[in-house]
Amino acid sequence: MKPPPFDYHDPRSIDEAVALLAECGDEGKALAGGQSLVPLLNFRLAQPAALVDLNRVAELSYLRRRDGRLQIGAMCRQARLELSPVAKEGWPLLGAGLALVAHPQIRNRGTVGGSAAHSDPAAELPVALTALDARFKARSVRGDRALSADDFFVTHLTTALEPDELLVEIEVPALPERTGHAFHEYSRRHGDFALGGAAVTYTKGDGDRCSAARIVLLGAADVPLRARDGEQALEGQVMNEELAREAAKVAVRDIEPTGDIHGSGDYRKRLIEAMVRRAVLEAAA
Amino acid sequence: MNPRRVTIEINGGTYEREIEPRLLLSDFIRHEAGLTGTHVGCEHGVCGACTVQLDGEPVRSCLMLAVQAEGHSLRTVEDLAAEDGTLHPLQQAFHECHGLQCGFCTPGFLMSIEPLLAEGRDYDEREIRQALAGNLCRCTGYQNIVKATALAAERMSSRAQAE
Repeated sequence: MKPPPFDYHDPRSIDEAVALLAECGDEGKALAGGQSLVPLLNFRLAQPAALVDLNRVAELSYLRRRDGRLQIGAMCRQARLELSPVAKEGWPLLGAGLALVAHPQIRNRGTVGGSAAHSDPAAELPVALTALDARFKARSVRGDRALSADDFFVTHLTTALEPDELLVEIEVPALPERTGHAFHEYSRRHGDFALGGAAVTYTKGDGDRCSAARIVLLGAADVPLRARDGEQALEGQVMNEELAREAAKVAVRDIEPTGDIHGSGDYRKRLIEAMVRRAVLEAAA
Repeated sequence: MNPRRVTIEINGGTYEREIEPRLLLSDFIRHEAGLTGTHVGCEHGVCGACTVQLDGEPVRSCLMLAVQAEGHSLRTVEDLAAEDGTLHPLQQAFHECHGLQCGFCTPGFLMSIEPLLAEGRDYDEREIRQALAGNLCRCTGYQNIVKATALAAERMSSRAQAE
């Protein structure tokens, strides 16, 4: 249970970090808060030849509102985002999701960018960020690019980031007026990985009819999964119990979650359906 | 892989050592600094036994590399009691309420809870249980740990009010 040997780099700037990643190529790995990568190293499930530690890159730790958008530096600690008054006011879904991430000790150290780049389909932050239509900004010595959540999360533990690319910022657009949110999940114990869950944003227009909705499922597939059929079922409608039940049913119609010792695939599907129903009702309340 | 010379501050003292970058902070604290009050349980961030305070915030020392601690201020369980051996109010409350049996998890619990109590207010049981949720104890069933935490919070808040 000790990490294998590696070359260790602790750059002080983004430029230095991306230069090191380019130099290390496939053999290098960026180390953010380490709350997922260090266990993988301890188990020797990951054996990178070189680590590029981002913890001393001070310019990556910001959290700010710019032109109505929330800009989160990749090394912003999860606890900081969770407790940030700015995030609470404009994007409360982030805090709602983060409160479900492991424990305070983990969130004190874990970073927003680290969780996104780790791309665990059972993680809350990628689901919340997908529901909020976040953009993921990457930099390498070759240049910059920005990706949508759909393009960024590729599969289990895999993002679209190339080995020489560094996730530098996550930008979350402002939500329309009259947008409610909810994050629901079920886990066996508080702080454990959830068996299933859902994040919902729900915008009310004329006559309280739903003008836009996003439903993102946690633990339903190898990435945070947008349930577009479920969203469509809500649009133009006025919320009631029956509609929430119908939208939840449609949202999980095509998913096939994998079963394991904690629950069968069928059980998880039913569970996620229940989470969607509750989240939709709460977001529309 | 090349060893590095680091200077790490723990409980106000400094420890200068030459270490491999892969050395976990938990192992630095125990084997290099000789502070064996910090216990190592699961070594993958689940049990909380190795919790220490980094710049005042509880973190898992098994999920950090020792080299990352340079320039930060660390605090371990050894720093809680006074120099004359008088227990910290939280330790005293654990003692009185039987908040420990084998004691293996205790340092982690203490270091997780202590920053909360510094706020000097009372906590309801739900808040306490949430604060404890990141630490595992296989002996007590948690009841007496919750009791001890409530007692320490009560004593520290009345002490803060008296001051």
